Amino acid sequence: MTILITIITLSIIGGILALILSIAENYIANYGECTININNNKELTIEGGNSLLTTLITEEIFIPSACGGRGSCGYCKIKVDEGGGPLLPTEIPYLSNKEQNENIRLSCQIKVKNDMKIFIPEELFSIKQYKAIVSKISYLTSDIKELYIDFIEPKEIEFKPGQYIQLLAPKYGTNKEEVYRAYSIASTPSNKDHIELMIGLVPNGICSTYVHKHLKENDEITLNGPYGDFYYHQGEDDMICMAIGSGMAPIKSIIDYVFENAINRKIVFFFGARTKDDLFYLEYFREKERQYSNFKFLPTLSRPKDDDEWNGDIGRVTEILYSNLDGSKNKEAYICGNPMMVKDSIEKLKEFGIPEKKIYYDEF
Amino acid sequence: MDINPFIIFFAAIFTNNIILSNFLGMCSFISVSKEIETSFGLGQAVTFVMTFTTVLNFLIYHYVLVPFQIEYLRYIVFIIVIAAFVQFVEMVIERYAPALYLSLGIFLPLITVNCAILGVSLFMIIREYTLFQSMAYGLGAGIGWTLAILAMAGIRKKMKKSSVPKGLEGPGITLIITGIMALAFIGFSGIVQIQ
Repeated sequence: MTILITIITLSIIGGILALILSIAENYIANYGECTININNNKELTIEGGNSLLTTLITEEIFIPSACGGRGSCGYCKIKVDEGGGPLLPTEIPYLSNKEQNENIRLSCQIKVKNDMKIFIPEELFSIKQYKAIVSKISYLTSDIKELYIDFIEPKEIEFKPGQYIQLLAPKYGTNKEEVYRAYSIASTPSNKDHIELMIGLVPNGICSTYVHKHLKENDEITLNGPYGDFYYHQGEDDMICMAIGSGMAPIKSIIDYVFENAINRKIVFFFGARTKDDLFYLEYFREKERQYSNFKFLPTLSRPKDDDEWNGDIGRVTEILYSNLDGSKNKEAYICGNPMMVKDSIEKLKEFGIPEKKIYYDEF
Repeated sequence: MDINPFIIFFAAIFTNNIILSNFLGMCSFISVSKEIETSFGLGQAVTFVMTFTTVLNFLIYHYVLVPFQIEYLRYIVFIIVIAAFVQFVEMVIERYAPALYLSLGIFLPLITVNCAILGVSLFMIIREYTLFQSMAYGLGAGIGWTLAILAMAGIRKKMKKSSVPKGLEGPGITLIITGIMALAFIGFSGIVQIQ
C-alpha cells in the first residue's frame, strides 16, 4: 500500500512539474518565427528559441564545431551584426578584443530570439552532410586502410585538394556515443561522385577502430565537409611536399591535382615511414617520377629492418631535406604529419630560407 | 518553535550562516569566488531561488506529503521541485528580462544542484518552522551565503598579489580561509541561537 501511494504521488508530482515545464516551454520559450539574414543575400525563416548553431545546422549550414555546442572549443565563431543580444559571459573567454569589436560571436551560445543579421564565410556554404556507401576497403599497410567512398545523397562534392571531411563513427560495441573524426581526402576534386580516404589505426581511437574493426564493404556511412585551410595554392614556386604515414592522403590529392591539370611546377615529395612494410603507393609515385621529369619522389625509412633490402634514403623526412633540395629561392611547402614532425619540418624549412607564410601544414 | 521570523532572518545571516556553520553549498562557493562581480551575481541567484523554493517546498510538504503520510519522500520531491523551479525561472527571465538574465540567469543552471538550497528546505522541516519563519529563513540563508561568498571573493582578490605556497593554490587555500572565516563567525553565535 505504502509503495503504491509512494509511486503514485511521486509520479503525480513529477508529472505536474513536467507539464508546467512543457507548457512554459511552449508559451514562454516560444519566440515565434524569426528571419535570419545571411550575408545580405539570403533569408531564412526559422522557428526561434534554439541556439544559432543548432538552427543553422537544421538549415544545413554547417559551422565548424568540435565540442558540439558546449562552449568549450571556440570554433563556431561567426559575425553577428544584428539581433545577437549583449555579449554573454560564456563567450568572453574565447573572443579577443578585436573580435568583440567586430561583432564576432560564438554561435553555440547565442539564441535566436528575434530577427538576426549574420555573416558567414562563403566557403562554409559548400559544407554539406553526405550519405555515402563504402564501395571498397583495402589494406595499404598492416595498420592503414584505404576507403573508396561513393556518395549517395547529395551525389557530388566540391572541395580543394588537401581539404578534409569528418566521418561519423556510430555507436558500436563499447562505444556509447557518436563522434566525428577528420580525415583528409586522398583523391582529386575532379572525381566529384566519390572520394578516397587513408585511415590509420590509432590505438583506442574511436573512429579508426570503427573503420578497422567494424566497417565492411557496402556499409552506409555519414560524413560532412569539406573543411580546412590546408589546400593547394596556385603559383609558380617549386613545391616541397612532406608526409609521413597516412599523412600522404592530402599530399597525394595535391600532387595528383597538379598532374591532372598539367600545371608546370617542380615537385619534390618526401615520404617517411618506419620500415619497408610501412611504405605504400611506392610504385604509383615511382611511375609518376618516370612519367614527369619535374617530379621527384623520395621515400625514406627511419628504422629499416635488416631484411628490408632498402637502398633508398635512411632517416627522418627532416633529416634528408638538406641533401635533396636545390638552392633556388622560390619554394613553397606542404606538410602533413603528426604535430612533432610538422614542428620539426617547419623549423628545418625556415632554416632553409622558406618564408613561414609559404609553409602550409596539416597536423593529425 | 516559536521564534520571531526577524530573529531567524538575522540568525540565518550571521550566527547560523549556511556556509560557515553548516558548510553547505561549498562547490560553487569555491569555484565561483574568484571575482567579486560574478560572486555577487551568483549570490543573488542563490538568494532568489532559496527564498522561493523554501516557500514552495513548505507548501508541498505540508499540503501534499504530510496528508499522504509520505514525508520520507521529501528528499526526492524537494530536489525535483528545486530543479523544475530553476528551469522555469530561467525560461521566464530569459524571455522577459534579458538584462537580468545576463547578470543572473547564467548562474541558474549552476545552482540547481547546490546543496545549500536543498539544505535550507530540509532544515525548515527539521526545525518545524511556520510559513513565515521558513520564508525568513530562506531569505536570510541566501543573504548569508551571498555575504560569505562576497567576503571570500574580496579576500581572494587581495590574495592574488600575495604568494601562496604551490601546493595550497586554488581550492586548498580557499578551504583554509573558509575555516578561519567560520571561526570568526563563531563570534556572532552568542547573540542568538536557532536550532
